[in-house]
Amino acid sequence: MTTLTDIPQSQGFRLSQLIYDTRYRSITIQVIVFIAFMLVGWILVRNVTINLANLGKEIDFTFLRNPSNYDIQQTLIEYDSTSSNFRAAMVGLLNTLLVAFLGCILATLVGVTAGVLRLSKNWLVAKIMTVYVETFRNIPVVIWIIATMAVLSETLPQPSAFRGETPSASMWLWDTVAVTNRGTYIPMPVWGAGSVFVIVTFLLSLLAIWSFGKWAQRRFEATGQILPTAWIKLAIFIAPTLLVYMALGAPITFDSPALKGFNFQGGIQLSNSMIALWLALSIYTGAFIAEIVRAGILAVSKGQTEAAFALGLRPSRTMNLVILPQALRVIIPPLISQFLNLTKNSSLALAVGYQDLRATLGGTTMNNTGRELECMLLMMLIYLIVSLIISSGMNVYNKSMKLKER
Amino acid sequence: MKKSVFLGALTMAGLAAGAAMAQDSSTLAAVQERGALKCGVNPGTPGFAAPDANGKYIGFDVDLCRAVAAAVLGDAEKVEYTPLTSAVRFTALASGEVDMLARNTTWTFSRDVDLKNTFVGVNYYDGQGFMVPKALGVSSAKELAGATVCIETGTTTELNLADYFRVNNMDYEPVPVESFTEAQTQFLAGACDVYTTDASALAASRASFETPEAYVVLPEIISKEPLGPLVRHGDDNWGDIVRWTLNAMITAEEFGVTSANAPELVKGTENPEINRLLGVEGELGAMLGLDNAWAYNVITQVGNYGESFEKNIGENTPVGLARGLNALWTEGGLIYSPPFR
Amino acid sequence: MSDQKSTIAYVRSEILEQQPAPRGQVGASKWVRENLFSGWFNTILTLVSLYLVFNLLQALVPWAFGGVWTADSLQDCRTILNERYGNTHHACWAVINERWNQIVYGTFFPSSEYWRTHVAFVLLILAILPVLFDALPRKMMWITVAYPFVMVWLIWGGSLWGPLSVAVGFGIAYFAASVAARYLGSGLIALVSVVAALVWWMILGPIVVSALNDTVPLLALREIQSRELGGFVISVIIGVSGIALSLPLGIILALGRQSDLPLVKMICVGFIEFLRGVPLITLLFTASLLLNYFLPPDTEFDLTLRVIVMVTLFSSAYMAEVIRGGLAALPKGQYEAADALGLDYWKAQRLVIMPQALKISIPGIVNTFIGLFKDTTLVFFIGIFDMLAAAQAIRANSAWNGITWELYIFIGLIFWVCCFSMSRYSQWLERKLRTDHR
Repeated sequence: MTTLTDIPQSQGFRLSQLIYDTRYRSITIQVIVFIAFMLVGWILVRNVTINLANLGKEIDFTFLRNPSNYDIQQTLIEYDSTSSNFRAAMVGLLNTLLVAFLGCILATLVGVTAGVLRLSKNWLVAKIMTVYVETFRNIPVVIWIIATMAVLSETLPQPSAFRGETPSASMWLWDTVAVTNRGTYIPMPVWGAGSVFVIVTFLLSLLAIWSFGKWAQRRFEATGQILPTAWIKLAIFIAPTLLVYMALGAPITFDSPALKGFNFQGGIQLSNSMIALWLALSIYTGAFIAEIVRAGILAVSKGQTEAAFALGLRPSRTMNLVILPQALRVIIPPLISQFLNLTKNSSLALAVGYQDLRATLGGTTMNNTGRELECMLLMMLIYLIVSLIISSGMNVYNKSMKLKER
Repeated sequence: MKKSVFLGALTMAGLAAGAAMAQDSSTLAAVQERGALKCGVNPGTPGFAAPDANGKYIGFDVDLCRAVAAAVLGDAEKVEYTPLTSAVRFTALASGEVDMLARNTTWTFSRDVDLKNTFVGVNYYDGQGFMVPKALGVSSAKELAGATVCIETGTTTELNLADYFRVNNMDYEPVPVESFTEAQTQFLAGACDVYTTDASALAASRASFETPEAYVVLPEIISKEPLGPLVRHGDDNWGDIVRWTLNAMITAEEFGVTSANAPELVKGTENPEINRLLGVEGELGAMLGLDNAWAYNVITQVGNYGESFEKNIGENTPVGLARGLNALWTEGGLIYSPPFR
Repeated sequence: MSDQKSTIAYVRSEILEQQPAPRGQVGASKWVRENLFSGWFNTILTLVSLYLVFNLLQALVPWAFGGVWTADSLQDCRTILNERYGNTHHACWAVINERWNQIVYGTFFPSSEYWRTHVAFVLLILAILPVLFDALPRKMMWITVAYPFVMVWLIWGGSLWGPLSVAVGFGIAYFAASVAARYLGSGLIALVSVVAALVWWMILGPIVVSALNDTVPLLALREIQSRELGGFVISVIIGVSGIALSLPLGIILALGRQSDLPLVKMICVGFIEFLRGVPLITLLFTASLLLNYFLPPDTEFDLTLRVIVMVTLFSSAYMAEVIRGGLAALPKGQYEAADALGLDYWKAQRLVIMPQALKISIPGIVNTFIGLFKDTTLVFFIGIFDMLAAAQAIRANSAWNGITWELYIFIGLIFWVCCFSMSRYSQWLERKLRTDHR
C-alpha cells in the first residue's frame, strides 16, 4: 500500500485541471478553438445577411437559368447568346480545362526536354537551357502572357495581308494553315460516311498496342528475349487505320480555311488569346518542370548508373530500366503540383481576354446579373473541385508508387 | 517576425476602427466624416475620365464627381477617384467601395431594378456605333457579316452587339477585351476589324489615333445609351444630392449662370429660380442636408453643364463632340432639368 | 637477374622525360572537343544552338544597345532613329527615361515626397542585411526591429506617434508577459500579454495618440493615401510585407496541420487546401469586391492592406506545405529525443524541431517568397497602380501609343533582378548551412 502513496489521490475534478492536466488540456483547447471558429463564422454570416438586407438583395441562384445575352469567342459546346448563364459558365469551364490540358502537355514536353538538356554534356546547350530556366522562372507569368499576346497581335500578319495579287503573307503547310494576328486557322476534319469505322479501327489498334506491350513484357520476363517493340508498335499504330481509311475511300476529308470576307472561314480557329495564354503558361511552367526533372535525375545516385553499366546494360536501357523509374518517383509529385499551378494560372486569361471560367461566370455573368457573391462563391467552388480532383489523382499515384519495403 | 506582428496589429486596429465607424449607414454622413468623396471613374477614356500628366483625373464624368464634392464638402478637389473597369463597377458600388459612379454607365431597366442601383439622371445621351479602318471599304454596319469585333466585356454594348447581329442574321467573331485601352491597342494592331462602343468614346478614341483620317465611324447607331451617374439603392437622400447636383449644373446653363458670373449673381437677381439655385432665396440646400451655397459651390468650382461639356469634350477639344442630343431642351436637345422650386 | 642492369638493346634503361600532352588533348581545344563536338549528335546540337544564339543576339543586341534614351514621344523617338539609322528597328528606351517616375512611384505619388521612398528603401536594405548575413554585427538587428514602424511612418506619413504607439503595445505585451510569468502558468502568460497589448492598441493607445498629435505632432510628414502609392514602390511594399508575414503564419499552419488535436488539424487542413485550391486572382477579386459583404456595414478597410492580407494568406498556405515537408523529413528520433529531454511542446519546437525543419525547407521557403513577389503583379487586375498598370497607362497615352517591348522588358528585368538574387541567396545559404560532409 505504501508504494501507492506517490500517485495523486483522486481529489475530484478541479477547474485548473482543464489547463494543467494533459488529459483534459487538449479537450479544453479544442473547445476554445471550436467556439472561436464558430464565432468567427457566425459573425461573417451575420455580416453578410445584414449587408445583403441593406442592399435589398438575397442569395439566389436562379440567374443561372436565365439567358446570358452575350456571345463567347470560343465555344466547345453549343452556345449562343440565348443560352443560359449556367451554360455560359460551362463553356468557360471547358475553355479553362482546355487551355490547362493543352498547357500541361506542352509544359511537360518543354520541361522534360529542357531538364534533360540542362544535364547534357554539351556545354553550350546546357548553358542555353540554364538561361531559359532562370529567365522564365524569375519573371512573373502575367508579363509573359501579356508579352506573348503583344507579339502575336503586333508581329503576325493581318488577314488582309493574305489578300490581293501579291499578298505579303502566305499560308503554311500547302495552304492549309493560316497564321494571322487574330488567330491560327487549321483544317477541320469533316466526318464523311464510314468515318466511324476508321475511328473504331484506330481505337482498336491503340488497344492492340497496349496489349502487345504487355505481352512483350511478359515474354521478356519469361524468356529474356527483347523484341523491337517500338517499330512494331508504330506499325500497329499506322497500318490498320491507314488500310481501313484507304479501303473505305478516304471518308475523312479536311476542310481548309480560306479567306472569305473579313476573315478566314472554315477550319478550326484557335484564337490568339488562347494561343498566347497557352504558350506563355507552358513555357513558364516548363521552366519549373525542367528544374524538377533535373533534380529528379540528379537524385538517382551515381552508383545506380554504374551498377547498371556493370551489369552490361546499354546507356538507353540504363535510362529506361534503372534511372527513369527511380527518378519518376521523385519527379511526379512536384510535377503534378506544377500542373495544378498551371491550371490555376490559367485564370490569368483576363490579361488577354480569353473567355475562361473567370471571364464568363466571374466576369460578364457576374456583371450583368449583379450576383457577385453567388458568382464568386460558385467560381471558387469550381476551381476548388478541379484542384482537389487533380491533387487526389496525385495522392493515388503517390500511394501506388510508394517504395514497397519488405 | 516583429514586423509581422505589427502589421497584424494594424489589421486588427483597422478592423476595430471600421467596427467603430459602423454605427451610421448614411452615405452623406460617411462622406462628410471622411472629408472626401469616393467616386468610381473610368480608368481612361480621354475627355470623360483620364489622368493627366500629373496623375490628376480630368474629364466630363470627373467633373460630376467634383461637382458632388463641391456640393457636399464645399471643395471640388476632395475626391478620391477609384478607377474601375466595366466588369467590376457595380460590384464596387454595391459593396461600398465607392459612394457614386460617374463612369459612362448606361441606364437600363435591369441595372436599375435588378442590380439595385439608383440612376439619378443622364449626363450624356449616347448610342452605340462602330468604327472601322477606311481601308476595309465598309460603309454600313449591315456589311459587317463575318467581321471580328473588339468589344469591352461587361458593358451594355456587348449585349447590344449580340442582339444586333442576331436580329440581322449575321455572324461575327467577338474579341473580348477588358478595357478601353486594350481595345484600342488591339484595334490598331488589326486584331479586329471593328471596334464598337458608345459613339462618344469612339470619337474620343479616334481623336487619339496617330492617323484619325484612316478610320471611319459607321453611320448606324444601334442602341440608346443614356449615360449617367448612379448610386446604391436604399439611400434616397444621397441619391437626391447627386441628382440635384447634376440638375443644378443643367439649370445653371439654362439660366446662363456660369462660373464667371455666379459671384456676381449670388448678390441677388430678378429671377427667383436663379436666386433659389444659388441659395439666395429659400432653403433648398438645407432640405438636402447641405449648406445653402451648395449649388453656388458647384457652379463656381466646376462650372455649369455647358462649360464642363465644352471644356472636356466640346468641339474645341481633341475629342471634338458636337452637342447634338446633348444640347439643352431649349435648343432642341434632350438635356432638361426639373425646376428648382 | 633482377638486380642486373638490362643489357638488352631494346629495353630502355631510364624513364622518359614527361612529354606535354598532344595539342588536341589540352586547353581550349580539348575543352571544345569534349564539351561541344563529342560525337555527331552533339556536334549538330552545338551547331544548331550556335545558329540560334547568333540570330537572337544579332537581332537583339543592335536593337537594345542602339536604342534612343531621350525623346518626348514615340514619334519623336522614331524621328531620331530614322535620322540616325535610316530605319526604326531600334529600341526607344526613352519611354523609361521619360516615364521613370510613373513606373517607379506610380502616377499619383506626390513628387515632392519621393525622398521618403528612397529613405525607406535604403533602410529596408539595412534592415534586411543582418537577417540575411549573420556575419554582420548583431546590433544592426535593431534597425530590423524598428523598420516596420519607420516604414509605415515614412510611406504613409502622419506623425510618428501612431507607429510608436503600436510599438509601445509590443513593449506592454512583453512587460505583461514578464510580470505574469511570476504568477501564472505558461498557458495564461500568452493570454495576459495579448489582452494587455489589445487594451493598449484598441482603447488607450488611440486616445493617447490623438491627444499627442493635437499637442506635439512629432515629425509629422504629409499624409499619403494608399491609393496614391503605385509602381515599383507598391510591389515592394506588398511583397516585403507579404514575405515577412507569411513565414510565421505558415509555420503556425504547418504545426496546426501536424497537430494531435483533431479539430485544430481539421481547420488547418481546410484552410490550407482551400487557399491552395483557388487561383490568387479570385482571392484578390474577393478582397477588392466582396470583402465588404463580410465586414460590418460601412467598414472602411484600406485596399492595399486587404491585398497584403490576401497575398499573405495565399502564400502562407504554400509555406505551410513547404514547412510540413521539412517537418516530415526530420527523423522521428529528433521528436523522441526532444520528448526524452522533457521539453514541452513549444520548447521542443523552438529548440529542436523548427531549426532543423526550417533549414531543410530553405529552398522551398525562398521559392514561395519568389512566387509571392511575382504574384504582386496580379494586383494590377484589381485596380492597384503597379508597374503593369503604369505600362498600360503609358501605352494608352497618345505620346507613347504603340510602345510595347521596352516597357515590358524593363519591368521584367526589375523582377528578374529581384527574384534571381533571392534564389542565388537561397542557394548560398543552403551551402553554408549544409552540415553533412558530402
